[in-house]
Amino acid sequence: MKVRAQIGMVLNLDKCIGCHTCSVTCKNVWTSRDGVEYAWFNNVETKPGIGYPKDWENQKRWNGGWTRKSNGKIQPKQGAKWRILSNIFGNFDLPEIDDYYEPFDFDYDHLKSAPEMEAFPTARPRSKVSGERMEKIEWAPNWEEILGGEFEKRSKDYNFNGVQKDIYGEYENTFMMYLPRLCEHCLNPTCVASCPSGAIYKREEDGIVLIDQEKCRGWRMCVSGCPYKKIYYNWESGKSEKCTFCYPRIESGMPTVCSETCVGRIRYLGVMLYDADKIGQAASVEGEKELYDAQLDVFLDPNDPEVQAAAREAGIPEAWIKSAVESPVWKMAMDWKIAFPLHPEYRTLPMVWYIPPLSPIQNAAEAGKISVKNDMPDVQSLRIPVKYLANMLTAGDEAPVITALERMLAMRGYMRSKTVEGVVDLGIAKQVGLTPLQIEEMYKIMAIADYEDRFVVPTTHREAVEDAYDIKGGCGFTDGNGCSTGSSGGKLFGSRKYVVPTGGAR
Amino acid sequence: MHQFFFGIYPYIALTVLVVGSIARYERDPYTWKSSSSQLLRRKQLIWGSILFHVGVLAIFGGHLVGLLTPIAIWDALGVSHETKQMIAIVLGGTAGIMMLIGGLMLAHRRLFDARIRASSSFADTMILLLLIAQVTLGLMTIFVSLGHLDGKEMVRFMSWAQGIFLFDPNAASYIDDVNIIFKLHIFLGLSIFLLFPFTRLVHMLSAPVRYLWRGGYQIVRTRKGKG
Repeated sequence: MKVRAQIGMVLNLDKCIGCHTCSVTCKNVWTSRDGVEYAWFNNVETKPGIGYPKDWENQKRWNGGWTRKSNGKIQPKQGAKWRILSNIFGNFDLPEIDDYYEPFDFDYDHLKSAPEMEAFPTARPRSKVSGERMEKIEWAPNWEEILGGEFEKRSKDYNFNGVQKDIYGEYENTFMMYLPRLCEHCLNPTCVASCPSGAIYKREEDGIVLIDQEKCRGWRMCVSGCPYKKIYYNWESGKSEKCTFCYPRIESGMPTVCSETCVGRIRYLGVMLYDADKIGQAASVEGEKELYDAQLDVFLDPNDPEVQAAAREAGIPEAWIKSAVESPVWKMAMDWKIAFPLHPEYRTLPMVWYIPPLSPIQNAAEAGKISVKNDMPDVQSLRIPVKYLANMLTAGDEAPVITALERMLAMRGYMRSKTVEGVVDLGIAKQVGLTPLQIEEMYKIMAIADYEDRFVVPTTHREAVEDAYDIKGGCGFTDGNGCSTGSSGGKLFGSRKYVVPTGGAR
Repeated sequence: MHQFFFGIYPYIALTVLVVGSIARYERDPYTWKSSSSQLLRRKQLIWGSILFHVGVLAIFGGHLVGLLTPIAIWDALGVSHETKQMIAIVLGGTAGIMMLIGGLMLAHRRLFDARIRASSSFADTMILLLLIAQVTLGLMTIFVSLGHLDGKEMVRFMSWAQGIFLFDPNAASYIDDVNIIFKLHIFLGLSIFLLFPFTRLVHMLSAPVRYLWRGGYQIVRTRKGKG
């Protein structure tokens, strides 16, 4: 047993209102620079839809993630190492910027500098890449926002596999949900595996996956390797960049920017202890539907004294073990089993988990046709098809999703009866296999969602592994070359290091 | 003059190549990259790039082996000078044509695609054009070579190249009366060496072949034990 700790995240989709605050604050902090205008380390997609970049979930097209060979071993879907290297001159699996969108800005200056004209001056779009006029914006990160566009196009959504999707194009049957996405900081990341330079690595102490910007050579294999398409090639600097899980904040015990600013309080951060020796095995189980359970097997119960002892032995600080016991991620993923990994079939063992959303009951219910079992509506009658959610979260296995949805309905039923009628309904708790205590804790964490219940982030004890004396007076976080501010005067070796974000047209 | 270009300039170029590359790697690793522009425009990149790179690698390897392997070794292997020259012409010619086609595709893309042009640095465009000029000169030397297939002239180039590495002060004199095309080709080649550390060419030094025998797929870094 090799115990390691990771800060995981859970997003409660049941409460996401699709306001994009997470995306905007993330962008303001991390990607408001030339070369990554198109990069959204965090974005929110309206589902059903093909997403951003286009059709990212379709690995038949993009070859991201892992594939299991007939001998039971896994290798990146884009190929074994020699195959990846042979693609180095031209990567056939790399999306083009138009698959994201061509970044643009508007000629705002024209609004005030326009001469006297017959027509009112307008700010027309201009490409941030070529600097040329763009007559028509064809695509942007939220082109499908709130079901924008025809159903015909949105229905290419990969999660419709095995769903009779035609009826969901009808107005009466339509459904939607939001899916905020960020780097999954996987236990078995394909980006790390695909990087020929060895520039991408997972941090042992907190599981955050980072790209060493000085080691990255821009071979761009990570972009195609990541099935979530959450590595972005900075076309200005020639390096790949990705979500950093706001590690400078995490190290200080603060939540990531996206979590901190979430107005719906849907995000949770907590420590998960896992057995690193089990990763390979869990990622290579045969059936795709078994992957979810296999990943649960990798996690270690922080309440188990043996696990705690092993964790101490592995050098995990006491505060981290304590946080693991209180971890909301553990509770949701393992205790209550209401949170699921995004697309476990990619075999990456992702660490950003999702609570599936409840949805209004189809109008059949109003007509009295709904099947109600013991005061609880049948989850199959919810507007969002269970199969659709299962395709997204459990490789198509509906049973765990149904259990989760029932537990969430049961929580509502239980609390409603308790607070409105003053009756503690033990039956409803028992029916979904939870104790009243568990339900009340679920209510506290999921519905009330206090700050300290959502974010249980221990500080990183750097003093234990580094001699603080050596780093005194040093620089904190830098982006570029050592401690320099980024500009070293001349440009002997070309390429700008840090670019002040420019507004308006070039 | 001849002595400067072919007796001294090689040392200047090689020194800048080595010292400059080390300095850049050490001082500014963030700029060490391949500068791929595939993301911005896939068209013409994939095939252009594959043809160009395969051609370049073949030519580079050919020059390295062909020029720097001592003549005695070729004699010992039983490869006659005529045969060696024919091999060089056929293989080098094929690779040169691949590189030329690929290079022209890339240059056309770089100069006429609005996205690529806007995001290119002066060095990016210039080094590509210089490489195309160089391969064109290289292909032109074939026509000169076809005039004398006895391999003697080739041996003179080998003596010159090996002389440079052996610090032979007379190295330049071995090629003092060769065709002007050869001289231009050599001069441009040395100039590319000189410019190497200041362009994207440095990415060839970090060709990631070590990836093939990297243990496993995953990389985990820890701060432990570094304190």
